[in-house]
Amino acid sequence: MTLALVEPTTSWYLILAAVLFGIGTIGVMVRRNPLVMFMCVELMLNAVNLSFVALSSSLSDINGQTAVFFVLVVAAAEVVVGLGIIVSIMRRRSDTTADDLAVLKG
Amino acid sequence: MGLFVFVCAAAMVLVGAVGVVTRNNPVHAALSLVLTLFGIAVLFVANNAHFLAAVQVIVYAGAIVVLFLFVIMLLGVDQAEDLSLEPLTVQRPLALVVSIGVTGVIIAAVLKSQDALFARGTGIDSATLQDADANIRQLSRSIFTDYVFAFEVTSVLLLIAVVGTVVMSRRQHGQHVEESV
Repeated sequence: MTLALVEPTTSWYLILAAVLFGIGTIGVMVRRNPLVMFMCVELMLNAVNLSFVALSSSLSDINGQTAVFFVLVVAAAEVVVGLGIIVSIMRRRSDTTADDLAVLKG
Repeated sequence: MGLFVFVCAAAMVLVGAVGVVTRNNPVHAALSLVLTLFGIAVLFVANNAHFLAAVQVIVYAGAIVVLFLFVIMLLGVDQAEDLSLEPLTVQRPLALVVSIGVTGVIIAAVLKSQDALFARGTGIDSATLQDADANIRQLSRSIFTDYVFAFEVTSVLLLIAVVGTVVMSRRQHGQHVEESV
């Protein structure tokens, strides 16, 4: 079997999604800038979206893509609210890391 | 051909993701995120999800990353963060262990279940799923019939998010924000 004839199967997509999810997990736990932590959450959401689409394609079921559509909408809403919180925190105290936000005094 | 597309897109995704985690400048991290999101969009196209690929590029790589960059610039946090500083010494090894554990469990589950999972195929036949027009038609039929209530609820959710953000980030009349050094 030559290399050109190898077609990626659904398992490849799922494993790629798992690795992407893992990288996002590391980012959320290690990074201390709240904005970058947010980006890592987006990475994890995209990993889940990728596995939804891969399974939708392999099972020939459109409902997986519908789920991804809703995830996109909720992710947009989540980013808006999260960035609003970060902006209102950082306007009071600039250069904040997640460690400095241990006390909810504002 | 399919292998070539997968390898290129997977390389984009992984390089971008590692960039998000390891770049110490938030602007660079946001640009790495764009790379990852484009790679995901390519993989969506490879899976015949054409509409979602377009939405991915427009909403994620367009709107959301622009929002991130806007906030970074607005707050002026675009200076580099010192990543060699490690406040909790156990944090990074622990994060690595947890993450590798989660990834390993998922990969093991995928490898174990791949035969049982892909034996059955239900719903739409794959011929209509592969046509781009049919993809959009199927998706819209699914959203506007089976999930129309959820669709309406997401519109309410977006409205709540917008109103909540305006309320949250508005300065009250006469309130002074102390200038921080």
